[in-house]
This record gives sequence, structure tokens and C-alpha cells, in this order.
Amino acid sequence: MENREGPDATAVRIDDPWYDALASGWGEADGTGTPAAVVPGPAEPPRDRRSAAEIYLEVQRSAAFQEVRGRYRRFVVPATLAFLAWYLAYVVAATAAPGLMARPVAGAVNVAMVAGLAQFLTTFALTWAYVRHARLHRDRAALDLRWDTQELTREAGR
Amino acid sequence: MTGDHQTLALLLFSAFIAVTLGITTWVSRNRRGSAEEFYAGGRLFSPMENGFAIAGDYMSAASFLGISGLIALYGYDGMLYSVGFLVAWLVVLLLVAELVRNCGRFTLADVIAARMRERPVRIAAGTSSVTVSVLYLVAQMVGAGSLVALLLGGTSEAARSWTVIGVGALMVIYVSWGGMRATTWIQIVKAVLLMAGATALTVLVLLRFHGDVNQLLTTAAERSGHGREFLSPGLKYGGDWTARLDFISLGLALVLGTAGLPHILSRFYTVPTARAARRSVVWSIGLIGSFYLMTIVLGFGAAALVGTDEVRASNAAGNTAVPLLALDLGGGAGSTGGAVLFAVVAAVAFATILAVVAGITLASSASVAHDLYASLKRKRNGRRRGGKRYSEVVVARVAAIGIGAVGIGLGLLARDLNVAFLVGLAFAVAASANLPVLLYALFWRNFTTRGAVWSVYGGLVPAVLLVLLSPVVSGSPEALFPGVDFQLFPLQNPGVVSIPLGFLAGWLGTVTSPEPPDEAKHAETEVRALTGAGAV
Repeated sequence: MENREGPDATAVRIDDPWYDALASGWGEADGTGTPAAVVPGPAEPPRDRRSAAEIYLEVQRSAAFQEVRGRYRRFVVPATLAFLAWYLAYVVAATAAPGLMARPVAGAVNVAMVAGLAQFLTTFALTWAYVRHARLHRDRAALDLRWDTQELTREAGR
Repeated sequence: MTGDHQTLALLLFSAFIAVTLGITTWVSRNRRGSAEEFYAGGRLFSPMENGFAIAGDYMSAASFLGISGLIALYGYDGMLYSVGFLVAWLVVLLLVAELVRNCGRFTLADVIAARMRERPVRIAAGTSSVTVSVLYLVAQMVGAGSLVALLLGGTSEAARSWTVIGVGALMVIYVSWGGMRATTWIQIVKAVLLMAGATALTVLVLLRFHGDVNQLLTTAAERSGHGREFLSPGLKYGGDWTARLDFISLGLALVLGTAGLPHILSRFYTVPTARAARRSVVWSIGLIGSFYLMTIVLGFGAAALVGTDEVRASNAAGNTAVPLLALDLGGGAGSTGGAVLFAVVAAVAFATILAVVAGITLASSASVAHDLYASLKRKRNGRRRGGKRYSEVVVARVAAIGIGAVGIGLGLLARDLNVAFLVGLAFAVAASANLPVLLYALFWRNFTTRGAVWSVYGGLVPAVLLVLLSPVVSGSPEALFPGVDFQLFPLQNPGVVSIPLGFLAGWLGTVTSPEPPDEAKHAETEVRALTGAGAV
């Protein structure tokens, strides 16, 4: 229970061929923004042996990880609250204020139609924004951390 | 409906069955029986393949026939489903997909159990996953029975029963033979067929109106018999406040339930990395979004071209709106074009059902074998890794047969229930029992084992209980048991009560917990979730 996967499992994973394939093209600047700044990894490991649990705690407290987590949360929390509020407002308006929703906009199109299509559009737009944010501001730093953490846990397991 | 379409539709059904059985045999030719292969297809699917498979898993016949039918009958109110089903994917994309891919191996319980005492958490999460899957499965089986009977004209009870049994047998074969790899390819084929069929019909509808959407909407409103009201909300859910609250409840369940569906969560394990999981969700949002936009056109198209009254005369729930629309677009009853289009729609709907039930069966057999069986067995004879792995897959294959049998049995029992309602119910249970515990485990530092267990049961038990006490089961003419009346809860969908209860129970269990939260395990989960360190 202490180390769920077992030490040998971690050692095998470091040779995962998917690393190299995915490392290329990460955080590339595509003219629409700048790639994420590379944040320094956790401090160099001291020579003495540590358990995997200690390593995870140390990584969690490192500035690099805090930065990745901060970037993720600063995007995801407001975005989630916003789209949930917008969806609930739409559902409540459709059930509680049908008069407002029936107001015509142009031809046969009314407020309800526009609001429904706007839900589709905002969903697509937020998807795009999230993926772009993750690619530019999170992926590279997270990958570096993944490398470092696995390196540390492998040493610990040896 | 003449014999022509039926022969053609049967031919297409058989072709699809032959192709899918071929796929199953082909992908299982080199099978080695590892758990990785059976549950996750070796984790080597590309984001695009997985995106199509997710879309194939998600777009059920209830959406294709049910939502378009609801729009054809009630206009705008049917469209509310489309919006909810799509917006739900933002929850999956932003909060769940990548983190679950990084932390788990095969099932939802993996993610939670990593932080907690394993056994009680696995049993709780496994139980709720199986419950959700079985509910969803029954919905699809009932849909299959009535659909095939409807399309082939054989409205006899025997035809429906045999359809349910046949679908059940096929899904057991796909899953226990081919595992995740076969299931995924069947879903990809189905997604392509469904998108192609829906696109073709949408283009034909728009061509009929010379691309003038305004004309389409005006005609639909005229022929619906409701006039302008048809284009604004209120026809179906605008009655008393119970009906309106019921709809809000459904809306909540739809948007929060998707991220707790076990067969959707298990799809993220079929790609190699969290980044690939994210990209597959983007693919599926694109596909699902365009599909639901097309169902809106098809629904209003059916109202405009076939007419609401004729749709209702053919099937009171509106499930035949799209097939009737296809008949009309192809040149009307008796024409070759009509027969071909009708048969194609029937075959696509059939493919849809088969693919969806295979996905659910696989996910629930994984829950049975990986969570329930493995934890119960571990208690008895410790952990022996070598022997356990092989036998777990065998258990999963057997579980698939068992779940197939349960699905067939309940599908026969519940065959008169409304399909869209059953799907809404599965979403409500998923949102109440699975989502709170998943979000707490991923984001809450102080979450404990007791909190996790309470959260699952605190959502699952009220959700199921409220349904049993609702007008669906008793006390109304359309109920499962119309003769008796033990209805206490006025709403059909329990979401608005049971989802907050799930969150509340998780919080309560955590703050009353005698054991302190495990800080190291939380650190491990958080680091792994956000970086992918140690992910399999």
C-alpha cells in the first residue's frame, strides 16, 4: 500500500517510448503566442535515500510544481464557474422566463434560438482556449517535472 | 412501411454485424490476455481514433432518434437536451480527462483508491459504476428492442424480445472476445457511419429549403400546429412548477453526469498520455457538437416535412421522426430512394446501439473484475501478482457474460419505459455517485477514506431511492407499476436533490473522519495528476 505500483514498475516506465515522440513539438510557438517559460525543476536531490512518498511531497512543495498547478487552476476554476453559470442561466431562463426567450430577433429566430446556438459556440471557443492555454503555458513545464520526478523515484527505488 | 425497406434494412444490419464480428476476430488474433490489452486496448490508440471512439460511445440511438424526435414533437424544448449533452464535455475536458488519465489505470476506482484505503473505496466506486452502467445498458437495450420492432414493422412482443436477446448476445461476443480493442474499432466504425448518415440527411433537409434556415423554421412552426410557440421553450416543460423543476434537475444531471460515466472515463486509458487524452476530447467535442447541431436541423426538418401529427401518429415518443424524414427526403413512401434512405437510417441506428452497449458492457465488466472481484479476493489470499493478472481478465470476460444476461433480463422487463428518460436517470446516478468523489479525490487536500465512501453511497442511495419513489415507478398511468402507488417524490429526475447530497455526504464524511488525511498520498495524486509522473 505504501508504494502502490512497486519500485520495479517505475523503473520500467522511464523507458516508455512515448516520451521521445511527444517531447518534440511541445510548447511550440505558432505565431499566436509565446511558448511557456521553462520553470526550474525541484532542487537537486540530496545523496541519501528517500522514500517515494517523501519525493512526491518534495515535488509538490517545489516552486516549479506550484507554478504548474497555479497556471492550471487559474485557468480552470474561473472557466468552469463561468460556463456552469452560463449554462444554468440558460436552463433556468428557458424554464422560468419563456416570455423573454420567445422574443423575436430576426425572422423566425428568437432569443432562445440565439442563446442555444451561443451555448454551442461558447463550448467550442472554451475548448479552443483551454487547449491553447495548456499547450503554451503548462505542457512543457509539466513534462519537465514528470521527467525529474520519475528520475527521483527511480533512484529511490534502486 | 413496405417489405422493400425491411429487406434492405435487414441486409444492412447483417452486413454491419458481419463487419463487426470480422473486426472482433481480426483484432483478437494476437491476443495475449493481459489486463492492459483487455481493458485499455494496449493504450496505443491515437487521439483521433480515440476521439471518434468517444463520440461513438456517447452518441447513442437515444440522441439520434430520441432528441430529433423530441424536437419534432415539442420544438425548442427538445433542443435543450442537445445543449446539455454538449456542454457536459467541458466538465470532462477541463476537470477530468487529463487528470484521470494520469492517475488511473483502468477504472474510476483506481483514481480514488490511490489516495485512500483501497478496499472500501474500490467496493463503493465499483458498485456505483456497475449501477450506472446497468441503468445505461437497460436504456439502450429497451431502445434497441422498440427501434428494431418499429423499423421492421414487427411490433409483436416476440420480435422485440428476440431483438433484445440478440443485441445482448452480440455485445457479449464483442466484449469477451475482443476486449477494448474490438470495442474501440466498432465504435469508430459506428461514429463514422452515424456522422455520415446524419450529415447526408442534414444536407438533404437544407437543400429542400434551398439553404434557407428561416424558411425551415417557419415551415416547422406552421406544420407543428403550435405556431411560433414551437420555436421557443415551454411546450414540454412549461407546465406547472414540478415540470419546470424536473427539467432543471435533468439539465443538471446531463451536464454533470457525463464526467462520471464509467464507459467514458475508461476511454481515456486507451491513449498513451494525458496530452493525447486532451486531444481526443477535443476531437470528440468537435464531432459531438456538430452531431447535435445536425440533430436540431433534423428535428425541425421532420416537423416541417413530415409534420408533427404524423410523427406522433407513428410513435408517441417521436422515435420514428428521423426514419420518416429519411423516407420523405428519398422521395416518399414506395420510392426506391425513400426505401434506401430509410434502410440506411435504420442500419445506422442499429449500429449505434450495438456500439454503445459494447462500450458499457466492457466498462462494467472492468468494474466487476478490477474493482469488486479483485478487492474481495485480495482480502482472502493476499496479493500474488503473477496469478492475479491473468485470472482478472478471465473474470472480466465472464463478468461481461453476466452483465449481458442482466441487461437482457432488465431490458425485457423495462421494455415499455421511455428511453430518453432512462438515459437521463443513468446520468443522474453518475452525477450523484461518481462525480463528487472523483472531484474531491482530485482536488481536495483533506479528503479521507470515509469521505470517499460516504460520498459514493450518499449520492448513489438517494438517487436510486428517489427514483423508486418517483412517478416513474408507481402512481402514474405511464409508470413501471401503474397498479400500485408508493410515490412520494414528485420529480422524475432525482438530480437536483441527489447531486448536492453526494457532495454534501463527501464533505460530511471527511470532516467527521477520525483518521487524518494522508498528506503524502495527496501529494502523490496531485503531482501525478498534473505532471503525468509514474503514469502507466
